[in-house]
Amino acid sequence: MAVDRDDVQALVRSGFGSLGSARYILARIVDSARAKAWLRGLVPTRASEVGEGRALDTVLQFAFTRAGLRALGFTAAELESMAPEFLDGMASDARRSHRLGDVGESAPTHWQWGTGIREPHVLLLLLARPNRIADWASHVERDARANGFRLVTTLASNPAPEDSGPAREPFGFADGLSQPEIDWDAKHRPSARADRAYRPHIAAGEVLLGHRNEYGAIAGDATGPLVQRNGSYLVYRQLEQDVTGFWGWLHAAAGPDGALELAERMVGRCINGAPLPGLAHGPGPEDFDFQGDPLGHLCPLGAHIRRANPRVGDDPLGPRGILGNLLSTAGLLGNAAGDAVASARFHRLLRRGRPYGVTMAPEQAMRTGAPKTEAGLHFLCLNASLARQFEFVQGAWLISPTFGGLSQEGDPLIGARCPFPDDRRTDLFRYHDAQGHPRIAQGMDRFVTVRGGAYFFLPGLEGLASITAR
Amino acid sequence: MARQSLLAVAATVHDHAIPELEALLRTMTRAPEAPGQADPDNPIIPFGQIEGLHFLRFVLLEDPSLPDRAAYPRLPAYEPTRLMLMVDGDGSPQDLLQRLLATAHEGLVRVFIHCDATVTGTNIAAWMDRHRVRSAANYVNWPGRSARQVREEAQLHEAWLTVRLEHPDTSPEELWPLLRAAAQDLPLSPPVRPSLSERLGNLLHLLSFPVLALLSLPVLLPALPVLIVMLRRRETRDRVIAPRPSRARNTMLSALEDHDVTNPYSAIGSLKLGRFRRWLTIVILWVINWGARHIYRSGRLARVNTIHFASWTFLDDRRRVFFASNYDGSREAYNDDFIDKVAFGLNLSFSNGLGYPRTDWLVRGGARHERDFKWYLFHHQIPTQVWYNPFRGLTTYDMARNARLRATYERRPTGAELARFVAEI
Repeated sequence: MAVDRDDVQALVRSGFGSLGSARYILARIVDSARAKAWLRGLVPTRASEVGEGRALDTVLQFAFTRAGLRALGFTAAELESMAPEFLDGMASDARRSHRLGDVGESAPTHWQWGTGIREPHVLLLLLARPNRIADWASHVERDARANGFRLVTTLASNPAPEDSGPAREPFGFADGLSQPEIDWDAKHRPSARADRAYRPHIAAGEVLLGHRNEYGAIAGDATGPLVQRNGSYLVYRQLEQDVTGFWGWLHAAAGPDGALELAERMVGRCINGAPLPGLAHGPGPEDFDFQGDPLGHLCPLGAHIRRANPRVGDDPLGPRGILGNLLSTAGLLGNAAGDAVASARFHRLLRRGRPYGVTMAPEQAMRTGAPKTEAGLHFLCLNASLARQFEFVQGAWLISPTFGGLSQEGDPLIGARCPFPDDRRTDLFRYHDAQGHPRIAQGMDRFVTVRGGAYFFLPGLEGLASITAR
Repeated sequence: MARQSLLAVAATVHDHAIPELEALLRTMTRAPEAPGQADPDNPIIPFGQIEGLHFLRFVLLEDPSLPDRAAYPRLPAYEPTRLMLMVDGDGSPQDLLQRLLATAHEGLVRVFIHCDATVTGTNIAAWMDRHRVRSAANYVNWPGRSARQVREEAQLHEAWLTVRLEHPDTSPEELWPLLRAAAQDLPLSPPVRPSLSERLGNLLHLLSFPVLALLSLPVLLPALPVLIVMLRRRETRDRVIAPRPSRARNTMLSALEDHDVTNPYSAIGSLKLGRFRRWLTIVILWVINWGARHIYRSGRLARVNTIHFASWTFLDDRRRVFFASNYDGSREAYNDDFIDKVAFGLNLSFSNGLGYPRTDWLVRGGARHERDFKWYLFHHQIPTQVWYNPFRGLTTYDMARNARLRATYERRPTGAELARFVAEI
């Protein structure tokens, strides 16, 4: 069944690149009755308002943590049918932190927000043009304070150019590419044959509860007092990026002339977002996969984007006819290397992040004595299954030092570099240089540190009404 | 030393002895930092001193799914709780038992006295031999790759990696003499070759399936329509029992996981009622055992490449099955591998289990009901109290790569092969 766009918050439909500024207001509820009354008076932007020539000046979205839903009056039993990861929380225990790579400096004990009394109840997400955002955000903050909320923090994104080009993250790379296409109108049916090949579109149920997912099942509880249908789980992580550390390490490892080339191999894309040379089979930035590069000569096996989305279908050999499919399913064709990563369609994330802090060109960041500045990414993503999507991608693909059969390599961008297990190093990166020679980078620093985070539920409109009516 | 085999010893533990036994088992681990992970130097059973081990576990078979039988009065409500010692190691099960006893005679008495107060230093060997159980099916990622080979090839790779890191800008051709020099001082035992009798035994076993299949065809073919009807009737009526996981229990199980790149998996459950399901399970596990021995012997169980060892063991007059495996990655990824790559195999091997998600025609559906399947697995998973892995940090891919590197090295690679060799280090 097609998704009722009137009942879905707009963030699911768009990242709103046309609105250059964002504010993330994280607040705790101190007076539930007043908070609910105030929230009832606010109307979030709907997915139906996106596109078709309409230009929105402001977008307001709401999401809640488990603690927030409890503060608004839901009992623990009433919430028990929600995702266990959401109920546990991003920083629930040491094992989860380990799996997510939130260790060392990134451990929740060092977070600026997300735990204890700095665990938010509500996320108010404000998007607007840069000249309007400050006044509007102040107004909303003031109203929130006056209506039963205490602010944990308000975080801002960098003003973006509001053109149709991709955003740049603080290291300078084009970001937000390779998004899954949501099948809003349920046009596609999972197919045992066709799904053997990679495809960029995913079922609506991979993002929205109450819709068919890639297994053909409908996730979410349709019976509880909290309406889950058309809601989504929103992951928010504040990732601080050490820009001068990143480019300084590259400068030392590869020299001023080789730094960019090595950085592009670590990311797995050119800095402008284009596929690495030799990979593209069409003109678009997404017209590539890794089928023709099984050994990682063009794009290293451990490159960031190859981990985040390995672009493989259910069968690394693709569809091959009835007998071929049967033999392949039985493991009598192909090899272990081809099967080292799982099918991508079950592990996609809809990313909605924005950069923050002081931006700096790579050449400037590479200079000796370049000042350390605060910059990073408000990493936001939406998914229907925190376990199978966000936590899997983060833990099994990005953080894992054994991703894809590799050894001792964490993600070159966001790896924590902590030895694992015991004293086994994880700070290596194998790649081939432009001349095709095998190279190995070592002693990579930690370039990204988690500064805060939480799992939220982004309800549909009916879901929001069920929350505020509680 | 012969190829890898499985030694399993299981004996009943009375409820009153369980807390004390658990406390003793805990002293053999690295708790509280890494609960469940064996301390190789613990004074009770110093695992690190036992030669030829691949994996070892002590697991208390406390079955959380026994209450599912409430709706089936013909199944006994109670089954004994056992302590299971399971060892994957080189040599025959008898060899493994002897090596264990030679190193930890007294420690084994201290453990198994919780099962039987009459166990002493003089009768422990015979007692353990008497309590051995045979698995119905056993999978080994790479038959014939001994623990010594794994260790030596890992050391070789480590030495080569050091060379490569010390000479980051050196071309493969210039690196080659340095790599050879690094390898020269390291021991490299020749790979274990199966003896003539082992090869003959293997050939007979290989022939057993086609011969039995041919012999049974005259009976099977006419019976097939009836068997299909029997199967379909059961598939469409059997109850699915896949309760929502308890978060507290999940936290308990998670606490034991991901302290290494490899994890143990232990699960127990009842078979569905009746002779049809029982015989179907017997036949399927026999075929799986045959396939694991003769087809899936090069690092892959169908399309799953992350399993080092796995086994299926009948208990209690074949009313229950205990499944154990050692796999790379975390639980969610392991479950996803099951669902996305070998749902048909999972359905074959587990769909006779009480409460398994609904299958169609034995191989369809089942595990593809993702949520029900994960909940079903969770419902049957039990904690592994002590788990020993002498090769911490090494995945099946690492072991295969190390063996590949060694084989390439012995061929004295040149040109493109040399470049690929260096790139893999």
